[in-house]
Amino acid sequence: MIEFKNIHKSYQVAGKAIPALHDTNFTVEQGEVFGVIGHSGAGKSTLLRLINLLERPSGGQLLVDGEDITRLDSAGLRVLRRKIGMIFQHFNLLSSKTVADNVALPMKLAGIYSKAEIKARVAELLERVGLSDQARKYPAQLSGGQKQRVGIARALACRPKILLCDEATSALDPQTTQSVLQLLGDINQELGLTIVMITHEMDAIRRVCDRVAVLDSGRIVEMGPVAEVFLHPQHPTSRRFVFESENQDEQELHEDFRHVPGHILRLTFHGEATYTPLLGTVARETGVDYSILAGRIDRIKDVPYGQLTIALIGGNYEEALKRFNAADVHVEVVR
Amino acid sequence: MNELFTNVDWADIWQATLDTFYMVGGSLVFTILLGLPLGVLLFLTGKRQLLEQAAFYNLLSFVVNVLRSVPFIILLIVMIPVTVLITGTSLGVAGAIPPLVVGATPFFARLVETALREVDRGIIEAAQSMGATTRQIVISALLPEALPGIIAGITVTAITLVSYAAMSGVIGGGGLGDLAIRYGYQRFQTDVMIVTVVLLLIIVQVLQMVGDKLVIHFSRR
Repeated sequence: MIEFKNIHKSYQVAGKAIPALHDTNFTVEQGEVFGVIGHSGAGKSTLLRLINLLERPSGGQLLVDGEDITRLDSAGLRVLRRKIGMIFQHFNLLSSKTVADNVALPMKLAGIYSKAEIKARVAELLERVGLSDQARKYPAQLSGGQKQRVGIARALACRPKILLCDEATSALDPQTTQSVLQLLGDINQELGLTIVMITHEMDAIRRVCDRVAVLDSGRIVEMGPVAEVFLHPQHPTSRRFVFESENQDEQELHEDFRHVPGHILRLTFHGEATYTPLLGTVARETGVDYSILAGRIDRIKDVPYGQLTIALIGGNYEEALKRFNAADVHVEVVR
Repeated sequence: MNELFTNVDWADIWQATLDTFYMVGGSLVFTILLGLPLGVLLFLTGKRQLLEQAAFYNLLSFVVNVLRSVPFIILLIVMIPVTVLITGTSLGVAGAIPPLVVGATPFFARLVETALREVDRGIIEAAQSMGATTRQIVISALLPEALPGIIAGITVTAITLVSYAAMSGVIGGGGLGDLAIRYGYQRFQTDVMIVTVVLLLIIVQVLQMVGDKLVIHFSRR
C-alpha cells in the first residue's frame, strides 16, 4: 500500500543540509495498523508528512497504491490527498466552523459532492464517532477527546484508503486516549483502512498497531510485529521505550534485586500460554521455591501476554530451567 | 442651549456630520476592497508561507512602509493632482476619499497580514492534507479563521479614518474637521470647536463598541 524506497530527506539550514531522515526502506501493507515510535526530533513527523507530500523527499521513490507519488502534478497530488486522511495532535479544527461544517469541509473542497451527499455523509460520520448531538456546536465547546473524534470524522469524509495519525492521542488524558485508540482500531477493522500512526508512547503502539518501526536519529533501528518488538526489544532505543511504558528502568531493576537470593529469571508468555499454570507445575515437580519480583499481565492488541521476573531458590534449578525452556515461554536468565 | 453655543449653526453641524460619515464610510469600503487582497498577498508571499517570494515580499513591504511613513497631512497635499484626475475635484467629500484610501490601505493591509499570521499553522496544514488549493486555503480556512482579527483591524482603520477625515478639513475636505478648522480655529469660535470634537468623540466611541461586539460575536472560542 505504502512503500518507501531509499527515501531520504534533509532540510537546508543556513546553507547546510541537515538530514532528517536517512535512506529509509519499508512497506506498509493494505489494512494494517503501522506504528512509528521515536523521541521528538527522531524524524517521525517528517516520515509521516512524506506520505501525503506535505514534505517532499530529497530523494528516493515513494509508492502509494503502486504509484510513485513524487511524480504527481499538483492536480494529481490533490486527488491523492483526498485518498489519505490525516488527524493531528492538536486536532487543527477550524474554530470558526461548527462540528458539522468541519466534517463537511474536505468534501466541499473536493468539489465533486452534491449538497445532499455531503449532508448525509456528515450525519453518518458523526453518528459513527458518537457526536450526532454535537453537530451544531463549535470546537471550543468540545472536550479534547470529542475534538479528536471530529478530527477523525473529518479525515474519513472523502472515504480515504489511508489514515495518517500525527501524535493523535498525545494531547489527551489516559482514559480519552484509550477510547480514541479503540475507535481507530474499530475503524481499521470495519473499513479495512490502512493506518500509519506516529507517537512517542509505546502504550498507544501496544494497543492498536500490528507492526512497529522504531525511529532513532532519522534511522529505523528496529521493525517488526508489535509483540516481537515489545516483548523482545533488541535495540537500546526500543528497550528504552518498552521500559518507559512500564515505568521501569532496566538498570534500577537489577540493582533492586541484588539482595534477593537464588537465580533470577524473566519469563515472557504470549498468547494462550499466558493462562497455563506453568509456574506452579514446575515448582511442584522440581522442588524449587519461587518468588515473583516484578510482573505484568496485559494485552498486545487483542493477544494476552505476561512478563514475570522471578527468583528461584532451592530444589533442582537445572531441571526447572529445562522445563521452562521446553514450555511455550521465552526465558531470559537475568542472574 | 443656544445661548451657550451662540456661533453654532446646527444645520451646518448636521450636514458636516453626514459628510464625515460619507467620507469615512466611502473610504472604508475602498480601503477594505484594496487592503484585504494586499494583506493576503503580503501574508502569502512572506517568509515560510505558501507562496514565499522573498524579493516580491520585500518590494511590497517597502512600498507599504513608505506610504505608511508619509505623514497624512503631507499625503493630502501630494495627492491633490491624482485626486483631481480620479474625482474631478480635490474638495469636499469626493475630494477627500482618494487620499483617505491611499493613507489607510497600507495600514489596513498590515493589520490583515498580522491577523492571518495569528492563525495556527496547523489549520493550513490540515487544509493542505485535504487537498485544498492555495485559493481554497485562503477562502475556506484562513479568512474565516482570521475574521475576528480582521474585524478588529477594520475597527481600528475606521477610527483612524475618522481622524484622517477630520484632518482633510485643512485642504477643504468637508465634514466635521472642516467645520472645526474654519470656524473653531480660524474664527476663534470655541463653541463650534467643542461641539465638533464631542461629536467626533461620540463617533469613535460608537465605532469601537460596535467593532468589539462584532469581534466577540465572530470569535467562536
